[in-house]
Amino acid sequence: MKRIITATVRNRSGVLNRVTSLLQRRQFNIESISVGRTETEGMSKMTFVVDVEDFQKLEQVTKQLNKQIDVIKVSDITDKAIVARELALIKIVSNSQLRAEVQGIIEPFRASIIDVSKDSLSIQVTGKPDKIEALIELLRPYGIKELARTGVTAFARGQQPSTQDGSSYSSLLG
Amino acid sequence: MERTQKQDQQTAAETKEPRTGADLLVESLINEGVETLFGYPGGAALPIFDALYKAQSAFDQILARHEQGSIHAAEGYARVSGKPGVVVATSGPGATNLVTGIADAMIDSLPMIIITGQVAQGVIGTDAFQEVDVMGVTTPITKHNYQVRDVKELPRIIREAFHIATTGRPGPVLIDMPKDISGEIIDESFSPNIELDLPGYQPTTKPNPLQTKKLAEAISNAKKPVLLTGAGILFAKASEEVLEFAEKYSIPVTSTLLGLGAFPGNHPLFMGMAGMHGTYTANTALYECDLLINIGARFDDRLTGKLSSFAPNATVAHIDIDPAEIGKNVPADIPIVGDAKAALIRLLTHEIEQPEHDDWLVRIHENKEKYPLWFNKPEQDMIGQWVIKQVHEATDGNAIVTTDVGQHQMWTAQFYTFNKPDKWVSSGGLGTMGFGFPAAIGAQLAKPDETVVAIVGDGGFQMTLQELSILQEKGLPVKVIIVNNQALGMVRQWQEKFYSERYSQSIFSIQPDFVKLAESYNVKGLQVKSQEEFIKAIPEIFDYEGPVVVDARVLQQENVFPMIAPGKGLNEMIGVKP
Repeated sequence: MKRIITATVRNRSGVLNRVTSLLQRRQFNIESISVGRTETEGMSKMTFVVDVEDFQKLEQVTKQLNKQIDVIKVSDITDKAIVARELALIKIVSNSQLRAEVQGIIEPFRASIIDVSKDSLSIQVTGKPDKIEALIELLRPYGIKELARTGVTAFARGQQPSTQDGSSYSSLLG
Repeated sequence: MERTQKQDQQTAAETKEPRTGADLLVESLINEGVETLFGYPGGAALPIFDALYKAQSAFDQILARHEQGSIHAAEGYARVSGKPGVVVATSGPGATNLVTGIADAMIDSLPMIIITGQVAQGVIGTDAFQEVDVMGVTTPITKHNYQVRDVKELPRIIREAFHIATTGRPGPVLIDMPKDISGEIIDESFSPNIELDLPGYQPTTKPNPLQTKKLAEAISNAKKPVLLTGAGILFAKASEEVLEFAEKYSIPVTSTLLGLGAFPGNHPLFMGMAGMHGTYTANTALYECDLLINIGARFDDRLTGKLSSFAPNATVAHIDIDPAEIGKNVPADIPIVGDAKAALIRLLTHEIEQPEHDDWLVRIHENKEKYPLWFNKPEQDMIGQWVIKQVHEATDGNAIVTTDVGQHQMWTAQFYTFNKPDKWVSSGGLGTMGFGFPAAIGAQLAKPDETVVAIVGDGGFQMTLQELSILQEKGLPVKVIIVNNQALGMVRQWQEKFYSERYSQSIFSIQPDFVKLAESYNVKGLQVKSQEEFIKAIPEIFDYEGPVVVDARVLQQENVFPMIAPGKGLNEMIGVKP
């Protein structure tokens, strides 16, 4: 099962290496990691998407992360109301005749063309991973020359619903 | 020599040499109360060793002959003294020679401070002479590690390192010191009173009272309770509490390898060690119990055997200071995060009904009578088990005993009954050959007045025997008993049992003359080949004031029994009876 875990960490040297090395040696399967600074000076936030077998394994992931001295807080936010986004850059084979057609495909995804050349187009899209997945599938027939994704970054919404349906992660992670 | 050094010290003080980063490091170590320091110099660590020279009256400095010897000695020191073992080595090979010991300390939760020299910051990352990415190498095997990037951070780093190494679940912390930082001239006055700022490190020591209450209730309802004592009890200094607790509710006790001595080995409630070479009584009790209380053990696979056969019908309560250990290998029904001592004190305050489990105690007692540990005693020749029994008798069971890994280790765990805490120093989780002898040196330095016996195999001893130099230099009366079967005993045993007696590289056809070898280090050497000779040699070994190396020639074919074969369960022991 896929889970979204966030970790607030201190910006000390080697902290990313420490965390990824931990996940690797304990054989936790990382789907994506994104890291960036937070609103607090000296603090960064990591968002992991991990693929774990069961809840016991999941508990180990969070406990082992928590053991790291520079990790301040670990949360599994999968079952919460969350905002999760990913950015993808997609370069496809194209020419001047196809440009309008592609424009038509990407428009409903609120994606945009950010670079044009004689034989290619570069598209930028942000959103939930399944939306990005869907757009990639639509663009695939044109021929994908290059694809870069940031991995999911996420946090819990300001307000949590009082009841949980428990299915939020599946829709977020596809 | 000493006088000259003292003069040098005075001169340094008089001329007011400028203070360096290395001086600051040394002052920080003094401030942390470090008294004994294990080191090995080298290029990138020279500023540190120069600072140590200036401050040498502050420490007992031990020069091993190999960095591995330094760190195992520091581990022995840490285990017996309860204080962190401090090791200084140089960059590159110096640091990598420490790796085995760091990993050993990590898995056995020993508080250690490891200081490594590093090439100057200007050449870090260029594959400079004697450069290794020590941070990268040691990240997976340290509790935490630091590379000093600014000399001003040094006091904070040292303070944090000692705090992290010694609190919560203890462990090794490494500090990598680039040479330019060590050599940097500083004008800051050193401030030892640094406020700790570690928001991500707040070990839970006080257990949740609701959980301890739940355990208390489970005890009063249990028909077949078992208490498993781990090394966490030793670190928490909770031996008295665990004894009171077990006696109060008449709970039979078993121990992990490293937990030996936490509960008196001669107590009627004690069932012996559990696990691969544990007793039939202990393993059967773990298999049959309906309540298992684990205090401070991490459910290692050598203890549990096949997980599906480990306490299959039991409610499992797990008390551990490290939350990540709870539920890692064995799911816990009653998880209690906290210090073993605090948890036991809390448990003892709960007013709970006395459990009724007399049948269980009778069954345990019967098993103990019927299936004791055994060995066949040959007429004249010696075997390891017999040797260890003799050592036990000769020392009244009061010695500090260290071992390597292997047959001699298991026989010691089985036949040297440990009745008191902090007498047992062995490489458990990592199973490190070459650990026992240098660890004995560290133990003897920590406890100069106690008898320290290193029980080692002929294989392991040959990995670190150059440290006999320290015995000579420091006048340490360590007694080394080589259980010499001219083979890698445990490897030989497994090859016999599981590889159709194909003894690949496990038999030593040629051996050094251990007596001459000892003598060449000014240490008394003895070879004993029969029971008669051994008994005769006992006063020569234990009444003698200095160090002794005893080459005890034992039968090669002897195996460790009983045993749970790898992949088998606690209920599938072999060799339970002769």
